[in-house]
Amino acid sequence: MNALAPAARSPDLSLLALDEAAEIARLAATIRTGVTQTLKRRGAVLGLSGGIDSTVTAALCVAALGANRVVGVLMPECDSDPDSLRLGRAAAEALGIETVLEDIGPALDAAGCYQRRDAFIRATVPDYGPDWKCKIVLGDGAGGFAISYLVVESPTGERSQHRMSADAYRGIIAAANMKQRTRKQLEYFHADRLGYAVAGTPNRLEYDQGFFVKNGDGAADFKPIAHLYKTQVYALAQHFDLPAEIRSRPPTTDTWSLPQSQEEFYFSAPYQVMDVCLFALENGLTAAIAAERAGLTEEQVETVWRDIAAKRKATRYLHEAPLLF
Amino acid sequence: MSAVESDLRAFIAENFMYGGDAAALPTDRSLIDEGLIDSTGVLELVSFLEEKFGLVIGDEEIVPANLDSIAAIVAFVDGKHARVAA
Repeated sequence: MNALAPAARSPDLSLLALDEAAEIARLAATIRTGVTQTLKRRGAVLGLSGGIDSTVTAALCVAALGANRVVGVLMPECDSDPDSLRLGRAAAEALGIETVLEDIGPALDAAGCYQRRDAFIRATVPDYGPDWKCKIVLGDGAGGFAISYLVVESPTGERSQHRMSADAYRGIIAAANMKQRTRKQLEYFHADRLGYAVAGTPNRLEYDQGFFVKNGDGAADFKPIAHLYKTQVYALAQHFDLPAEIRSRPPTTDTWSLPQSQEEFYFSAPYQVMDVCLFALENGLTAAIAAERAGLTEEQVETVWRDIAAKRKATRYLHEAPLLF
Repeated sequence: MSAVESDLRAFIAENFMYGGDAAALPTDRSLIDEGLIDSTGVLELVSFLEEKFGLVIGDEEIVPANLDSIAAIVAFVDGKHARVAA
């Protein structure tokens, strides 16, 4: 886990315990009122990625609105893990909801997403071509700056890691963000044709830390799990008895052609540790208590808290509504 | 003020202070703590130093001790130049 390794012991997640049945009932009622009375929409549309967040969000929408009022949109693209489509379908089947398959690869290709990204990659790795694979990872941050690196894999399987210029980094990310924005456009197409609202799927950690694309996966009419720590999302998944394969799937960005975990790309520690540290920070617990619960040293907790503060600062504009003058 | 510091302050003013006045920025103030640079800003700063001053900066040199204040950056650049000249 980057600069924090090795953790002394597993985190104690009891701080994050909640009454799952009561929370589901509360959220179902709130979603129902919010969607039908406030938004004046008759159902919910959401992108199904086969991950825990979108599956639990779908389950909550079903509890609130009924399975016949929820539509899941499956949106694979050229770099997607095939498991995402398979598990997205499994989630829909378990919940009894309709799905729509939208292969966004051709749209992204036509818009130049892959070509733009690859051109920025070639600024760093001139040989990079369509048959190569890539991902962006955080450095270990051991020296104090957690900068991002480009990892590429050649067609013969040789993998290498490269520091990028700021221009190349921004260009690669900007191209990758086209994926989330294309998905959101299609979610709203289906929402508009059905008179439904779009459900967003960020959990508390993602929302707090700005781990979303503005006007991409950050756009939605309601975000029913944005107040829940990821640990709590897993707890709801357990209560809903969602497919075991979805509940045991490690969180992934599924944005890059090489497999990539969320902590490789963005977070400084596994979600359980981040959840405990964020809870401690938000509830005024001391670093000593947070360290004991998170399975870290006090110094490591302080490192995580600094990282949380830095990300809040760096991503503040993602939460800002358009400025009106 | 050395030429390196002058160029550096101009770069910081234009890119991280959005046209603000970098002249008043204390030389030992942390650019991170001040909210002036984030991890992407570090990449921008490294690119600037490499291009402007003809340096090759290794990954192991991208640390706060070298890059988190004007004083640290000036000392780092001067040190790199001195080692090249030696």
